[in-house]
Amino acid sequence: MASKAQKRPLALQIVLFVTLVVWMIAAAFPFFWTLWGSFKVEADFFSLNNWTNALTGRMTEIETGDTFTTQGYYGAWVQEEFWRAAWNSTLVCLFVVSISLTFGTLGGYALARSTYRYAFWFLLIALIFRAMPPITLVSGYLPVFFDWNIWGYLPTAIIVLVAINQPFTLWMLHSFFKNIPQDLDESAMVDGCTRFQAFRYVIIPVMWPGVITTGLFSFLLAYNDFAVTAMILDKQNQTMVPKIASFLGTTQTKGNVMFAVAAVVSTTAPLFLLIMFFQRQIVSGLTAGAVKG
Amino acid sequence: MKHNAFFWFVLPSATAMMLFIFFPIVSVVIQSFHVAHEQVIIEVENCGPFGCTTATAIDQEATAALREEQPLGRFAGLEIYKDRNHLAVNEFAQTWQQSEGIGDFVVRLMNLPFYKALGFTLTYVAVVTPLTILFGFIIAVAVNSAARSLRGPLIFFTLLPNIVTPLIGGLILFWMVDARGVIGTALRYLADDPSLSVKADTGLMWIMLMVYGVWSSAPFAFIVYYAGLQTVSTDTLEAARIDGASRWQQIRHVVIPHLLPLTTFIALIQLMDNFRVFEPIISFNAQAHATSLSWAIYNDLSGETQQLSSAAATSVLTVIGVAILLSPVLVRTYRSYGKA
Amino acid sequence: MKLKNILMAGSFLAAAGATTAMAADCGIDGGRLSIIGNEFPAIQTVARNAQACEGLSDAEANLTADHQTINLPGMQGNPAEYTTAIVANSSIVALINEDVIRPLDDLIAAHGQDIPTQQLITINGQVMAVAFMANAQHLVYRADILEQIGAEPPKTYEEMLAAAETIRSEGILEYPLGGAYAAGWNLAQEFVNMYLGHGGSFYEPGTAQVSINNEAGVATLEMLKALSEYMNPDFLTHDSNATSAEWEAGNVALMNMWGSRTGVLMDAEGSEPQVYENTAVAGPMTVAGAGTPASTLWWDGWTVAKNISDEDAEATFKAMKHGISPAILNDETMGQAVWMIEGYTPAPVNEGVFSAISMGTTPYPMLPHHGLLHTALGDNIADFLQGDESAEQTLSDIEAAYTAAAREKGFVN
Repeated sequence: MASKAQKRPLALQIVLFVTLVVWMIAAAFPFFWTLWGSFKVEADFFSLNNWTNALTGRMTEIETGDTFTTQGYYGAWVQEEFWRAAWNSTLVCLFVVSISLTFGTLGGYALARSTYRYAFWFLLIALIFRAMPPITLVSGYLPVFFDWNIWGYLPTAIIVLVAINQPFTLWMLHSFFKNIPQDLDESAMVDGCTRFQAFRYVIIPVMWPGVITTGLFSFLLAYNDFAVTAMILDKQNQTMVPKIASFLGTTQTKGNVMFAVAAVVSTTAPLFLLIMFFQRQIVSGLTAGAVKG
Repeated sequence: MKHNAFFWFVLPSATAMMLFIFFPIVSVVIQSFHVAHEQVIIEVENCGPFGCTTATAIDQEATAALREEQPLGRFAGLEIYKDRNHLAVNEFAQTWQQSEGIGDFVVRLMNLPFYKALGFTLTYVAVVTPLTILFGFIIAVAVNSAARSLRGPLIFFTLLPNIVTPLIGGLILFWMVDARGVIGTALRYLADDPSLSVKADTGLMWIMLMVYGVWSSAPFAFIVYYAGLQTVSTDTLEAARIDGASRWQQIRHVVIPHLLPLTTFIALIQLMDNFRVFEPIISFNAQAHATSLSWAIYNDLSGETQQLSSAAATSVLTVIGVAILLSPVLVRTYRSYGKA
Repeated sequence: MKLKNILMAGSFLAAAGATTAMAADCGIDGGRLSIIGNEFPAIQTVARNAQACEGLSDAEANLTADHQTINLPGMQGNPAEYTTAIVANSSIVALINEDVIRPLDDLIAAHGQDIPTQQLITINGQVMAVAFMANAQHLVYRADILEQIGAEPPKTYEEMLAAAETIRSEGILEYPLGGAYAAGWNLAQEFVNMYLGHGGSFYEPGTAQVSINNEAGVATLEMLKALSEYMNPDFLTHDSNATSAEWEAGNVALMNMWGSRTGVLMDAEGSEPQVYENTAVAGPMTVAGAGTPASTLWWDGWTVAKNISDEDAEATFKAMKHGISPAILNDETMGQAVWMIEGYTPAPVNEGVFSAISMGTTPYPMLPHHGLLHTALGDNIADFLQGDESAEQTLSDIEAAYTAAAREKGFVN
């Protein structure tokens, strides 16, 4: 789209540039502020005396003798063993993304290729399912899970997240598959392939762009989930977000807010690397298929 | 596709949804029609480290028999839906009769918890959804015009509001907008009002929640639009240009129609997510100023005594609300289904 | 089974790293222990020591802030997942209401004769829980500021208001009062304190019919509003975390705060020497000339599940008894709570809670339906404090909200 033939007028260039700068500040400033603040003590980070303390680290200097401290990081990773939660989150994300996408591609493909009305109703009902607030669902799961003795384990949380995520995944992948020409798999079937073989050998090789984009959203959902993981996982199997919540303290006791801040900052770094690593796939994934409503 | 093949292809997905969404929904709906058994209250003496007091307790033996008979509780029909904490049918009618004029009626209606929550929820949906779509589109156009090598980092930073968990993102922003925080101080300076406090004023609190809403969901709209922009056919644009279309006309007649189906998709997801707004109210401790339907459910479930039936009724009302909200979009999709 | 191996590796790593206390002989011969409870340090100490008992066939603890949502479903199954829940006087009622914990009289007769009677929580003549720590809200003040205005630490809320006015008019602090007034649970708790301080009773005697729309109720709301006028304008968003932060920043001179949170206010972390060195505590204040303080007493204690085998119940009982025995007290654990354990020596910081007990402060109501009222209070009081409606209107809204909820739960008709 940004071909040379289409030179933008200077005014438009400036407007676009300004928009970009303003948005980048809005999106990234809170994060960089947090990154800076994570090396301070709580009294500076949430400074109620004077907000500039967060910049100068006045209390940090009084308490630790230096204007920067790694107490928060030490506390979270060593003392509170945050790496365990990070490991659990890695497992949850990995399995949620792969299972969601497996189920979703199969279902989405079928929905895109079926010409019957029931396929539409299936999609519609799935969408209405999505309207149910997750907290209500979770309160319904608890008695049953305890009864079946499956409460507290990672696989339980994984399958619940997959299920809750299915409507969105299906809807999105269905749109991607619609964009893949029908001739492709139909000609394979004329050549004697079964439906599944056509899917396996013809569709799978060309579906990656859509799958990667959908996978990105599945990943964000699993990574950020609190409602499900906080209620369904045992303390030992806790993922990052509930663990971070547990640093915040309760009504009657003080927490370690800086541990939470340090934990949040340090888990963002791997995501940055991940996105940089998959950058080309994500951008090309987005390029190859558009979503349709 | 044949019925048989369709069945096998959707089976894993359908099973998962059946087990973990459909069955729970059925049980939620049933629950919402039942209230707990009449509890037999007796007067008792309780003793503890701080002495003895006379108190009340439930007579377990008397109640146990009732429970055994009907484990779900008493069937109550629509009673819970109609009570004061939900649709408040009687109070609604009463308010209608007593109030002088429509303004007074609305003010009085906002005193009922369900309508108060609905009021904020609908305002939030109406403001945040279009703004999210608009900002997402503008950002997508801007990022798309940036140099190719910069796009990776730009995408990452754009996604940040979505990546940093709302639990902490909210906490940090909550401090930032505090009257003494960095944004709060800036606002005071800009408004030239040394007593300005976002957290003390209902109107400002609403605005802040909505700004947060747009900020945190614009990345979603951005990603989808950005994907769409990559597929705008250069041939069509070329042709339009040769025909003498201005830049605006190109956008108006080529790009926007191309992105329209995407807008439907974003609108669908955003309407639904915004209708279930919940996290910012908790993160910003905003319940004195704003409540939402999802917040009401959370409030019912998180008290010392869980109110399952009440939460179930609000959940069902939420689903109905979403269905009504989405119906125009869905009807459109229904008509075009099979054509695309 | 690759998948299983990976998942198991996670749980294994988790189990290996758990800190263990010294193994102890608690006279247990088989049986299961599984604890659900909140996660603050004192409870972690109890759980760790209970788990250290030898002879348990299985010893687990799930300590999380969401324990209240999980404990009920976790004890309703048969056999129950959790053999014991650590609860407070507000949260035990949810377990009693659903009949998932067992009376402990038999176990005490057989194995617990040495537990002091004052630790036993008795409901209708049956021991339902064993308490091990106490908590209360009480006055926290800045000695230097009070000295500056020449005032004694206030003994009543009226004196507190007067002191606040002096501090403000002398230009020392603009918002001299603090308090956890965040709409919701915290604000409701302040109402409960103040209403009891006014000598009010929440229900018609012997029933679950609420009755707070009375003089005491109005006076309570008026007092809360009067206090809030000396607080930071954001007070409706200040929970106890935010209030403590205000304190440490030196912005507040007087507040009513949880005893369990005062320790961190007095240590060198988070505030300047002028603030932490001058932070002092005193007993809870009274209001309107009444004798009992406007505060509530709280305990934390453990229970034993009903739906478990007698062997598990006995093992759990013995282990938990060891978990709260004098043996668990050492330099590290001593300061974690106001323990009700023999051999506990209170620090100056605990004075507030102790005087709350000696002043005869009312315990937080342990009633089957009080949780519903607490929720209704939390949802409605903010309207009055913001000046949107009259005290009577707010009180009648609370009553209506409570009644609707209580009807749903079968407490009133």
